Amino acid sequence: MALLAGACDLKRAPVLDPKGPIALAERDLLFDAFYVMMLVIVPIIILTLWFAWRYRASNTKAKYTPTWANSVTIDAITWLIPAVIVIAVAVLLWRSTHRLDPYRPLESKEPPFDVQVVAQDWKWLFIYPEQGIAVVNQLAFPAGRPVSLRITSDTVMNSFYVPQLAGQIYAMAGMQTRLQMLADQPGKFVGRNSQYSGGGYSEQHFEVLAMTPADFDAWVARAKQSGRALDAAAYTALAAKSRANPITYYSTVEPKLFDSIIDKYRHSGHAQHAPARR
Amino acid sequence: MFGKLTIDALPFYSPIAAGGAAVVVGGALLVAAVLTYLKAWKYLWTEWLTSVDHKRIGIMYIVLALIMLVRGFVDAIMMRAQQAFALNGGGYLPPEHFDQIFSSHGTIMIFFMAMPFMTGLINVIVPLQIGTRDVAFPWLNAVSLWLSAAGAALVMVSLVIGKFSTAGWTGYPPYSGIEYSPGVGVDYWIWAILISGVGSTMSGINFIVTILKRRAPGMTLMRMTPFVWTALIASVLMAFAFPAITVACGLLALDRLAGMHFFTNAHGGNMMNYVNLFWIWGHPEVYILILPAFGIFSEVVSTFSRKRLFGYESLVYATAAIGILSFTVWLHHFFTMGSSAGVNAFFGVMTMIIAVPTGVKVFNWLLTMYRGRIEFHPSMMWSIGFIVTFVIGGMTGVLLAIPPADFLMHNTTFLVAHFHNMIIPGVLFGYLAGYMYWFPKAFGFAFNRGWGIGAFWCWIIGFYLAFMPLYLLGLKGMPRRMETYNDPTWQPYLLVAASGAVVVLCGIGCMVMQLYVSIRDRNKTRDLTGDPYNGRTLEWSTSSPPPPYNFAVIPTVGDREPFLEMKEKGTAYQRPASYQPIRIPSNTPIGVILGAFGFVLGFAMIWHIWWLVLASGAIMLAAVIVRSSNDDQEFTMSAAEVKAIEDERFRAMGSRP
Repeated sequence: MALLAGACDLKRAPVLDPKGPIALAERDLLFDAFYVMMLVIVPIIILTLWFAWRYRASNTKAKYTPTWANSVTIDAITWLIPAVIVIAVAVLLWRSTHRLDPYRPLESKEPPFDVQVVAQDWKWLFIYPEQGIAVVNQLAFPAGRPVSLRITSDTVMNSFYVPQLAGQIYAMAGMQTRLQMLADQPGKFVGRNSQYSGGGYSEQHFEVLAMTPADFDAWVARAKQSGRALDAAAYTALAAKSRANPITYYSTVEPKLFDSIIDKYRHSGHAQHAPARR
Repeated sequence: MFGKLTIDALPFYSPIAAGGAAVVVGGALLVAAVLTYLKAWKYLWTEWLTSVDHKRIGIMYIVLALIMLVRGFVDAIMMRAQQAFALNGGGYLPPEHFDQIFSSHGTIMIFFMAMPFMTGLINVIVPLQIGTRDVAFPWLNAVSLWLSAAGAALVMVSLVIGKFSTAGWTGYPPYSGIEYSPGVGVDYWIWAILISGVGSTMSGINFIVTILKRRAPGMTLMRMTPFVWTALIASVLMAFAFPAITVACGLLALDRLAGMHFFTNAHGGNMMNYVNLFWIWGHPEVYILILPAFGIFSEVVSTFSRKRLFGYESLVYATAAIGILSFTVWLHHFFTMGSSAGVNAFFGVMTMIIAVPTGVKVFNWLLTMYRGRIEFHPSMMWSIGFIVTFVIGGMTGVLLAIPPADFLMHNTTFLVAHFHNMIIPGVLFGYLAGYMYWFPKAFGFAFNRGWGIGAFWCWIIGFYLAFMPLYLLGLKGMPRRMETYNDPTWQPYLLVAASGAVVVLCGIGCMVMQLYVSIRDRNKTRDLTGDPYNGRTLEWSTSSPPPPYNFAVIPTVGDREPFLEMKEKGTAYQRPASYQPIRIPSNTPIGVILGAFGFVLGFAMIWHIWWLVLASGAIMLAAVIVRSSNDDQEFTMSAAEVKAIEDERFRAMGSRP
């Protein structure tokens, strides 16, 4: 019973139950590599246990060859089997890594939907440059349209993680990382910070909402009605440490806020580090 | 006068912290009281603390490792207990405390459990296996030990005075920088690692020179035991990899102490430089730990299958290949940094390639068992348990090595389960196999097998119970290091994981009982021959425990399994016509003095007590000068004394020739 319940539970596990093409491709890759690896580890486990039993000291019927320690053929096979498997997985790896590069825009008839993401202690700020709004701890977007994320941090290193749609990438101050995602259907998902970042880390999760276009327009309209402006002062207040922030909407956002958050670390000193890959 | 140190550093702010401190202080007082009661202080000082004998240094390393294993395990079970009940803010630990515990657990298990355990086993066994009387630099060996102990002591003291780091065992900046971690915790972590890291680097150099220069006549490189080979490669890695973490921690210390900007967010710092440096050490470190364990498995599987090791040369080349490749895979610890697909794919493929020599080793152990006569000594049980469990960890490692799959699983409990799946069966089972295998050699009496088998079953069952749920939780998207969570479907898995920790606790209980029973029965179970398992290699040719000079006559080696060959040819246990006097390094207190003041130096740096930094630094420098000016560092054991010891041994062996 417990096993059955466990199996049903796992079917809905975010990593095993992707809701978009990126996460699906990543999961399938996990499965493919898993099956290939099974070809070698299952025989090894069985052989180990079988040899241990078969050649136990009390079984004097089993053959005993105390000095047999070399065989060029077997040596060759023991190097070749892992090598062949590794070549197979490496080809898979090379292709998929390029195909699923999180910087590579998704191919779609729809234009990409831009969202800027800022990690703070201990919450996530999502800025919508097109709509001119911002939201804390809720990421909404139209389903079926590729979402192109630009990510940075205004604190320590974080990792932006949406297992059912996109996987994850680090958020680092003074740098910008990219992540693409796409939800096939409208739905509600969980996003988290997966990189430990201090006392409020455990509560630093956010809602991910893939919506129909109509619902999304209504959502934007609601945000616009909030009447809260994210200007410099409001931003400073927001960036201060806080735990388990409620979802908060901002109807207007200071222009170029995202760039200024990155630039404040990049232009604050004498030396400049290499620009982050855009 | 006392820098940042005030009375507020004492842990009276929280009952749990105060309890931890009480256990540390109470334990120290109890040990001191027992030593005083037994009037053992003088014995301990003259025979052990000042010893430069590699066997005693090795045993002290292993004692340190076992104590720290218990400490690290207490951290582990506290974390499991917290997460099991942490749904919606439950549990008994505040984040501040939980974060110190996962940081100290990792730090202790890698730096102060696994490293000393490995160094201890190499110390006890390698000189015996290569047929020499000591390591190349016996005093340096003592310095390494005491610097490691000083680092461990700093971690323990952080329980009583001040707090430990909350930045995890990896100490990633900018979180570990002064801006985000202003307390002394990160400084405790930095100085514990810097001080013990110097010891590890010197150990590496010491073993490289010992193995390359001190082998008995006839022991060519291709006649060295697999354990010596793996110790050699691991030592090369130690000497080359440890400087990277010393630099990383040193620069982080400069950021924190001197307001520099190597890894800060602003002013041109870049935290990813730290992350790169850390893992340039960190990945070879995995192989530093695991290669000697592979060596132990090779010895154990061959001895208890009563068969020559299959594919010795393959195994040697595989070890060397792993040694080189271990420096080419570090970026797989942070595929999610945002580097280009080309970079990620390169490091992913290199990681796959390292699986080839590892796979070869597994086949070689299997083929050694094939057509053998397997005896289920506890060490053999650890080895079989290792193979079966380790390949599962290898499989999940290959999954994580694929960058797009890693985007899904990175930083989740799947990753936590993966590396524990490598380090517990791969490293710890290996060391425990070695510990149970060589215990009679080190002490001269049998190590109880029943409790050893019990420990094995508890550890392996506990391991599966504790970590298989973490794999599944990773699939359910649970990040690591969570002090609380709001997903009720995670809790059943965490309860199972906690039960696994309890089973492992039983395993540790069995290990304590094993020590107790074996010591209690020591007079009935003396190992008089020095060769309890019909062994194959040189360590079994001398008495148990070996005399201070190891071999009265340095053996001449003609085979990969020299002692088995001697027994087959009837040349084992032959006594020479006359004995020669032997030069033996004298004991010296300078090693333990350097360790003690290394500890004081670290403590003073942590609390900014600058006069004490200067004073302890000056004392350490003076101690080194005194030692370097002393030409009288050895004494001669006369031929008559050697003969007396050897006569006693052969008399005890009785019927043997």
